[in-house]
Amino acid sequence: MWLDRPVEVLARHPGKKRRRDLLEQRRFLGPALISPAIIFIALLVGAPLGLSVYLSLTNATAGSLSGDFVGLDNFTTQWSDPNFRTAFKNTIVFTLIANLIVVVGASVLAHFLIRPFRGKWILRFLILLPWAAPVALSTIGFLWIFDSLFSVVNWVLRSLSLVDAFNPPQWLGDPTLALAAITTVHAWRLLPFATVIMIAGLASIPNEVNDAARVDGATGLKKLWFVTLPLQLPIATIAVLFGIVFTATDMAVVYILTRGGPFNSTQMLPMWAFQTGINSGSLGPGAAIALYLLPVLALVTVLMLLFARRVEVT
Amino acid sequence: MPTRRRRESVLTYAVVGPFALVLAFPFYWMLWTALKTDGDLYNTENNPFGFAQGSPTLDNVRFLFEQTDYLRWLGNTALVGAVVVLITLAIALPAGYALARLSGRWGQSLGVGIFLVYLVPPTLLFLPLSRLIAELGLQDSLWALVLVYPSFTIPFATWLLMGFFKTIPRELEDAALVDGASRIRSLLHVVFPISLPGILTVVIFSFSLCVNEFVYALAFITQSSSKTISTGIYTELIRGDVFFWGALMAATLIPSIPLALLYNTFLDRFIAGFTGGAFR
Repeated sequence: MWLDRPVEVLARHPGKKRRRDLLEQRRFLGPALISPAIIFIALLVGAPLGLSVYLSLTNATAGSLSGDFVGLDNFTTQWSDPNFRTAFKNTIVFTLIANLIVVVGASVLAHFLIRPFRGKWILRFLILLPWAAPVALSTIGFLWIFDSLFSVVNWVLRSLSLVDAFNPPQWLGDPTLALAAITTVHAWRLLPFATVIMIAGLASIPNEVNDAARVDGATGLKKLWFVTLPLQLPIATIAVLFGIVFTATDMAVVYILTRGGPFNSTQMLPMWAFQTGINSGSLGPGAAIALYLLPVLALVTVLMLLFARRVEVT
Repeated sequence: MPTRRRRESVLTYAVVGPFALVLAFPFYWMLWTALKTDGDLYNTENNPFGFAQGSPTLDNVRFLFEQTDYLRWLGNTALVGAVVVLITLAIALPAGYALARLSGRWGQSLGVGIFLVYLVPPTLLFLPLSRLIAELGLQDSLWALVLVYPSFTIPFATWLLMGFFKTIPRELEDAALVDGASRIRSLLHVVFPISLPGILTVVIFSFSLCVNEFVYALAFITQSSSKTISTGIYTELIRGDVFFWGALMAATLIPSIPLALLYNTFLDRFIAGFTGGAFR
């Protein structure tokens, strides 16, 4: 690869000094190492993103990538569209609830999984399964678990006489239950990864800190509250950040479980953008919907990264 | 002391056990469903936790391997994942290093900037990219995915590696430089070898992102023999209203178990990589 070449040249022609000097200069080497990444990102993300921003300001439809300039019409029309409103609200609700469950569950789980115990390997394997399974496939698994006729959840509830046998809950057919089902799937699939990140956070707490806490007489809950939790905060922030990004931008779970239905009640922004822009071919509005998400996510990310760094420094 | 230790271990099982049960239950259910005949599966009189009417059977697994392109999809997924991981490393390793060491103050901002790229949702890039794929004549080709997937693996990998390289003491490299090695040589022989946990983290994470990807794979590839598992199973084993439940569940279970074994085996390394990287 391109990195190898200078080394080879150096080895064979030690006399070629100019080239060598150039590579030793920070001013030259830095940009040389970064530029492939920048060029790749500019071509495959920057350019398409620019084109999408342009599309969001036009009335382009499927088949062509140009249309008449309509200003911010797509954004204002969408903002007053009830489906967009539902999608916007759902995206926030899914993301917040799922990540709340994940961060609490992962903190607890990490606290126990960091210590050795008999059978840890197999339990950890079971806990990691949802992370290992491709999300589109495990969601199909949930499609079966929440099936309208053969749902195992309903079978158990029925045998415990907790639900009406002739009118069992329609997990994916009732708006509220469908929202709960989607949130559950997100929380389920993100929990293992968040746990792993939390274990990483706990593992990075130096032993001296624990020793110092013991010397100062901090044990049990006191130690947890004043020593472990504050030190775990930066990495917990990172875990939540990933959780938020994964939930808010994911389309596979909603697409497979409900396709935004029933009656668009479980729409979320990526799904609604896909249906508007790609399925119905309204490129302009589709791009506008997807663009609503971006500044929100960017702001959340910057704030959380700043927070994680500040907490860590102090 | 022994009683306290015992109480602690009981508490561990009481907490970790239920979590493991809930998280793994869908997989247990996939296994049971995969082993059932259609007759057993669709009879609401039967206890779903037991077997009846010809179950358990391996027919669903046989169907999957003999009547569908399943093996092909597995191979495609592994191939795309491996090539994308290689491309990601080739581009993100030097970039992450340069951001951590060489570019001073603006390195940090540029690093966060690159991470922000990761947030751009596929829906937004999707139309222009599909035009690009068409122009290049890559529809129905795995190369379309190989070209597009680094757009989300590189930003993440660069950011993580940047954090990781910052934790490697500069003195180590300076020692190599004093010994007369060039910067590139010290990079290849000193920095990269001790960065293995970080590199491994990037490999696992990038590979898992590729295996999970759904939207691009769904849109760019319609020919069965070029599909990946995420989309192949969804599009070929659900035909209209007909769901091949047994085969679907077997298809999910088969790649998940070796992947989970792999993650579990390398987890300690992964954790080391993440502590070194993510929050520096």
